[in-house]
Amino acid sequence: MVKRLVVGAHYGLRDWLAQRVTAAFIAVYAVLAAGVVLKHQPLTYVAWRELFAQGWMRVATLLFAVSLVWHTWVGVRDILMDYIKPDGLRFALQVMVLLVLAGYLAWAVQILFR
Amino acid sequence: MASASAKKIRPKYLNLPALLFEIRLPVPGWVSILHRISGALLFFPFTAWLLYLLDTSLRSEQGFQYVKDHYLALPAVKLGMLLLIWAFCHHFCAGIRYLLLDLDIGIDLRSARITGWIVILLGLAMTAVLGARLW
Repeated sequence: MVKRLVVGAHYGLRDWLAQRVTAAFIAVYAVLAAGVVLKHQPLTYVAWRELFAQGWMRVATLLFAVSLVWHTWVGVRDILMDYIKPDGLRFALQVMVLLVLAGYLAWAVQILFR
Repeated sequence: MASASAKKIRPKYLNLPALLFEIRLPVPGWVSILHRISGALLFFPFTAWLLYLLDTSLRSEQGFQYVKDHYLALPAVKLGMLLLIWAFCHHFCAGIRYLLLDLDIGIDLRSARITGWIVILLGLAMTAVLGARLW
């Protein structure tokens, strides 16, 4: 039996798990959304607007947006940690990514709840 | 043994020509790097693009008709959409493969290579089926 002293704040496990849980939600939403859109062909404005007027669709899409943003943050952070070695540049890029993601989320909320 | 090692220049440094022309990635390696590239593209610009399309199409009837009849009919937009669809489909299929690998399914070399091919080909096939609807 190897006794390991696990130290740190478990960022790695939390991100790893979050990436996978959000991936599952994104996948299920994407398949269902694609199914709904393909079923309503040819798509009209009224059908499109009414789809996004329903409460469950707004909530599901908001959860999708949050999952997507969280999933993206873990993935893009991994890419930056692997390829961008200078600390200052990597930090600046990570801040930019976070700002873009926050902007995406705000935009999605604006579209869904106006 | 001595002659075999004499032929190869060592150490081997990673530079762009080496990455492009000399180092041959195995199929799971291609799945992996394409998963990264498609993921990065989905972050930017494709998410912003989809938000723009959702915004315009839900804003008004004119916006919806503009996106449907005019914007999505532009050849450059169609090509961009095709790349977006491929990026999503590949990322989707490769992601499911990684979830299965996490569960120790398909972990041996032979299975990993077979599922690698399946992911690459399925991503392209899904792109063809979904992309065909653009035309």
